[in-house]
Amino acid sequence: MSAETAPAQPLIEVEGLVTHYGRRKILDGVDLTVEAGEIRVIMGGSGSGKSTLLWHLLGLYRPTAGTIRLLGKDIIRIPAAEMRALRKHIGVSFQGGALFTSMTVGENVALPLREHTDLDENTIRIMSRLKLEVVNLGGFQDLMPAQLSGGMTKRAALARAIVMDPKLLFFDEPSAGLDPVVSAELDELILRLRDAMRMTMVVVTHELDSAFKIADRISVLDQGKVLLTGSVEQVRDSDSDRVQDLLNRRPRDITVDAEEYLRRLTEEEYG
Amino acid sequence: MLDKTVNALGGGVVKAVSGFGYLGLLLLESLYWFAFGRTRGQPVKAGPIFYQMVEVGVRAIPIVTVLSFAVGVSLAIQSIYALKRFGAESQVVVAIAIGVTREFGPLITGILVAGRSASALAARIGSMVVSQEVDALRVIGIMPVRYLVAPPLIALLIMVPTLTIISDAAAIFGGALYSLPSLDIGLWAYLMASVDSLQTSDVTQGLWKSIVFGVLIALIGVGSGFSVRGGAEGVGRATTQAVVLAISGIVIADMVFTFYLNR
Repeated sequence: MSAETAPAQPLIEVEGLVTHYGRRKILDGVDLTVEAGEIRVIMGGSGSGKSTLLWHLLGLYRPTAGTIRLLGKDIIRIPAAEMRALRKHIGVSFQGGALFTSMTVGENVALPLREHTDLDENTIRIMSRLKLEVVNLGGFQDLMPAQLSGGMTKRAALARAIVMDPKLLFFDEPSAGLDPVVSAELDELILRLRDAMRMTMVVVTHELDSAFKIADRISVLDQGKVLLTGSVEQVRDSDSDRVQDLLNRRPRDITVDAEEYLRRLTEEEYG
Repeated sequence: MLDKTVNALGGGVVKAVSGFGYLGLLLLESLYWFAFGRTRGQPVKAGPIFYQMVEVGVRAIPIVTVLSFAVGVSLAIQSIYALKRFGAESQVVVAIAIGVTREFGPLITGILVAGRSASALAARIGSMVVSQEVDALRVIGIMPVRYLVAPPLIALLIMVPTLTIISDAAAIFGGALYSLPSLDIGLWAYLMASVDSLQTSDVTQGLWKSIVFGVLIALIGVGSGFSVRGGAEGVGRATTQAVVLAISGIVIADMVFTFYLNR
């Protein structure tokens, strides 16, 4: 039985993920399971660890403890060559786009094809233009990234992320820095992509409107832990104070731990 | 107080050693991808190497030629002044030929290329780190060292020795133009005398040094770029650091090599 016909296997399985930045613990035992075909939103305030979680899911950093399995492969322990092969099935759209500034938009989108396939130039051109059409950037292939607006940059980055038809797509803060209309259009695009290409998506965001619109399930991250995973309704109706703080934009109560406070003030190399 | 000094000293040593180790790993990894990348699906492509050869090498030809010529003239002025005391002005041909090929050609070239290219590499890679382009490469499955480090390294390995040869020629020519009136020989005769006074080892010694300089420029440039933290300011700092470190590295490496090659 091939991987495609076994929908029972989750695409992402994270168990007991613990990470540190210097001496500061960022993630504190995160468990996360993402099923094939769903759009999972990872939500949380600034400093909740959601970006850190994303970097680790992408295999860019090594965690202190825990396992991460993407498409059934343990990405912390597989050999580097196998990890590179796995990356062909994973697309990533970065917050700032991370388009290569020295290349045109078309070359950016074509790069994964050029590096991973032996397709001829014509096919590569057609395939990358097709993906630009998908994100409504048809005809913009000859512009440089610096000439694009914020929304166009995000869409171009999305085109590059999906050019290899990945099984799994990560999306970092799709609506950050965009006006509400463009942001809503991007949400539509994400939903359309999932339906058309049957991709599994993980979207990291702190934008509530966007999260509620696109999510099948939401995982709320707070202080390095998954507070709650559930459907949009379950998250809305949650009786957790921290979740409600986040939903209602309430400032959180900051409680001061006296001992910890003194230690921060006096210790020479805290952090 | 003493405690602090020792601490800082120890920290500095650890930093320096880990820095050297890091640059060494960059070198090994680049050479690994260059040698075996093709069979690992991560080829170092010819296009980017040629592009870098033009950037770091061909575009540097005018400035290398002009400055080498100027240094050749100065060297001739000083050599004739010094040799006149012994009534040995005619020996200026040998002095310039040997001084240029063994020392000044590679050194001027190294310093110039360091100023042009170590900074450019640091700025380019540093801004790619800041804008997450390096992360983007990794998640696409492209090894950043193979893609960003190997091409300029190979290009510098080829172009710094090439520029050194151009620099040697320009400096000797400059020296010749100044010396001709006081020597009372023709240009062609001067140049032939220069070639005759040189042994192969004089030229190769300079070229070996220039290869080392090329490696230093590439590694310090990209190493500074990859170490960028903290936005635009970090890129600026890395660029400055790259130039200072590369030029210092070149001058010190030059001394060490000259010492060992002449024992």
